[in-house]
Amino acid sequence: MKRIGVFVCHCGLNIAGSVAVARVVEAIKDYPGVVHAENYIYMCSDPGQDLVRKAIREKSLNGIVMANCSPFLHERTFRNVVASEGLNPYFCEIANIREHCSWPHAYDKEVATKKAIAIIKATVEKVRRNISLTPMVVPLTKRALVIGGGVAGMQAALDIANGGYEVLLVERSPTIGGHATQLSGTFPTLDRPPCLVAPKMAEVANHPNIKLYTYAEIEEVSGYVGNFTVKIKRKPSYIEDEKCDLCGLCLENCPATFPAEFDRGLSQRKALYLSPQAVPQKLVIDPRSCLHFNGDQCRACEEVCPAKAIDFLQQETIVEKKVGAIIVATGYDLFPRERIGEYAEDPDVIDGLQFERILSPSGPTGGEVRRPSDGKVPQEVVFIQCVGSRDPEHGVPYCSRVCCMYTAKQAVLYKRTVPQGQAYIFYMDIRSDAKGYEEFVQRAMEEDQVLYLRGRVSKVFRDGDKIKVWGVDTLSGKSIEISADLVILATAMVPSPGAKELARKLNIIFDQYGFLTEAHPKLRPVETLTSGIYLAGTAQWPRDLPDTVSSASGSASKILSLFSRKELLHEPTIASVDEEVCSGCGYCVSICAYRAIEIDTKRRVARVNEAVCEGCGACAATCPSGAMQHKNFTARQFFEMIDVATGAYV
Amino acid sequence: MADNEFEPNIVGFLCNWCTYTAADLAGTTRMQYPTNLRPIRTMCSGSVDPVYVIRALLSGADGVLVGGCHPGDCHYVSGNYKARRRITILKTILNTLGLEDERVWLRWISAAEGRKFADTVSKFTEELRKQGPNPVKKYWST
Repeated sequence: MKRIGVFVCHCGLNIAGSVAVARVVEAIKDYPGVVHAENYIYMCSDPGQDLVRKAIREKSLNGIVMANCSPFLHERTFRNVVASEGLNPYFCEIANIREHCSWPHAYDKEVATKKAIAIIKATVEKVRRNISLTPMVVPLTKRALVIGGGVAGMQAALDIANGGYEVLLVERSPTIGGHATQLSGTFPTLDRPPCLVAPKMAEVANHPNIKLYTYAEIEEVSGYVGNFTVKIKRKPSYIEDEKCDLCGLCLENCPATFPAEFDRGLSQRKALYLSPQAVPQKLVIDPRSCLHFNGDQCRACEEVCPAKAIDFLQQETIVEKKVGAIIVATGYDLFPRERIGEYAEDPDVIDGLQFERILSPSGPTGGEVRRPSDGKVPQEVVFIQCVGSRDPEHGVPYCSRVCCMYTAKQAVLYKRTVPQGQAYIFYMDIRSDAKGYEEFVQRAMEEDQVLYLRGRVSKVFRDGDKIKVWGVDTLSGKSIEISADLVILATAMVPSPGAKELARKLNIIFDQYGFLTEAHPKLRPVETLTSGIYLAGTAQWPRDLPDTVSSASGSASKILSLFSRKELLHEPTIASVDEEVCSGCGYCVSICAYRAIEIDTKRRVARVNEAVCEGCGACAATCPSGAMQHKNFTARQFFEMIDVATGAYV
Repeated sequence: MADNEFEPNIVGFLCNWCTYTAADLAGTTRMQYPTNLRPIRTMCSGSVDPVYVIRALLSGADGVLVGGCHPGDCHYVSGNYKARRRITILKTILNTLGLEDERVWLRWISAAEGRKFADTVSKFTEELRKQGPNPVKKYWST
């Protein structure tokens, strides 16, 4: 017989504000099986936890119902409390009366209280029949997979590798480094990114614990924490790396050109190319732009290659690896500016990353500020912030967080290159909320004479040699027209293309914009709901470099603590067979998505491989005889919960 | 609410990874929806035995909501497809049992869709108010 204790949390006023907690305790204290019920202002606090411990001791409780917030927050907390008193942690269940009751029913205390009581009663019914379970020990592969080789991925890989564990770093482009390598400088220190990022790239490439897979993508992921199996697809580069000695003859002779991704289309590259500062230094042939792959007989590179390294017949290869944990650091892209019809598509209306390239000493203009259309040094430059961001009409209601600062930085760098030029910045609000940021913006205004105009721009269009910008200054109330030489749009950060498809392969969640979702926004910001998979950098949300590096290190430290264990514990709420009842029909075998069940041919009964069973419960729902049961989610438990739930509504 | 007004009772089987979490999100963002739903956490929509749905209806639930991850997004690979097949088949036999199949809703609500969860509960409650009480209850008095 279970002796059940019910503990109702006020959560300050979060629960007590709309649920009459004292009445809940009154209603539940005489419910069958309940021998103890009390309420307290914060059950998760130390004194709250002590109340639970004390009641377990004094009333010999062996079933605990914690009526408080979602199990995603404190199930683990309270199961640990219960375990500290020597009880099996699976005798504790959460009745979620905050997220599912007090919060969404904030204005009708009467019905919210009744619903809270019903939720608690149903949970009592579940606890009554919960059995004691012990997590199973499963092996742990101490090797990590990092997806994405930008700053976030590199930082995470280095942290884990420096901790002594092997890391596979998969990057889909031919080089690691990510967008940071395109930047002209950082705010507020104006460091040149090559000085920041290049050493990291080299460190990653040379680290004995890091195995780089560039020009590769994730094909398939299966398994679970500690025991994932990943298939990495290596795209064909059409060049045999071991033969190529980077003599460069092929580069000189390749006749096909393509807008260079690294310069965001402001320069051309060959179909066969090596990105500037590429790590590793490996050439690739891009089949989209190569004449050979587009119906032509061209073999120019093959003909000149002295090492015979060109292989047009190269195929993609699949590498299969076991890993214990995964970090997703797939980064960002920019909002497609074509979607803002009011801003003309014009060579001199460019996005922020394009201007980074123009400002960069390694960029298409060699660091001289020259506009794309005619190479003229622009004397009047207009920056427009929040293009796409904070704009629900274009599907991006969020703030991209980095644009205020990079626009200020770009304006300052522009002024320092073209001191007699004028920089205008149209802004909505200036968000400069980190160390040294506000001071930087003030310096841009005062020392560098950047003119900030608070208002939106309604139209940008070509007018002869100039770009006309129509806007408004809401502080003076005047409409403004500027004849600019160059217009820079601070377009919103959006998730990298393909992030959603990858999230599906990994079974992790993304939000309505496609950013990957953390397990909890406050308390578990680097984990996902799928254990063993973590997030880093801008794949999760717009971030600047320091925030990206912190989140990457945060994820890496989670993996380091995971790998510091000897072995892993596997949730024991899995399927089990009552061999007395099982007829060996095999329905469960065919429905199991994990191939965790097999039929013992000799005894004609189903057998569950406990290390492989993920505990979804599909087999139990299929079993025609009821022999297959989902531990602590049994049909009997559901029936009792259903009966409570359908008890008269009012 | 007046005493004589009919308020439907809804049993909700919410999958742990999507719809249960969506309900959490609806709460966290303080979206308000009717109190008629009684949430029951299941690990997967694919673990909802059709018998549970029948049990709920026979016990007098005016509606049953089964909430799972969107097709292709199941945390357990394919549990939601199993749910889809089972609920479809179940609906074909409910009417012959004297139970009304429109009282059973299967909905895909992802963890990010707090709004969809709140809207679904509101809409289901409204529909059931129009439909009136589950007819099985009339047998109880005989």
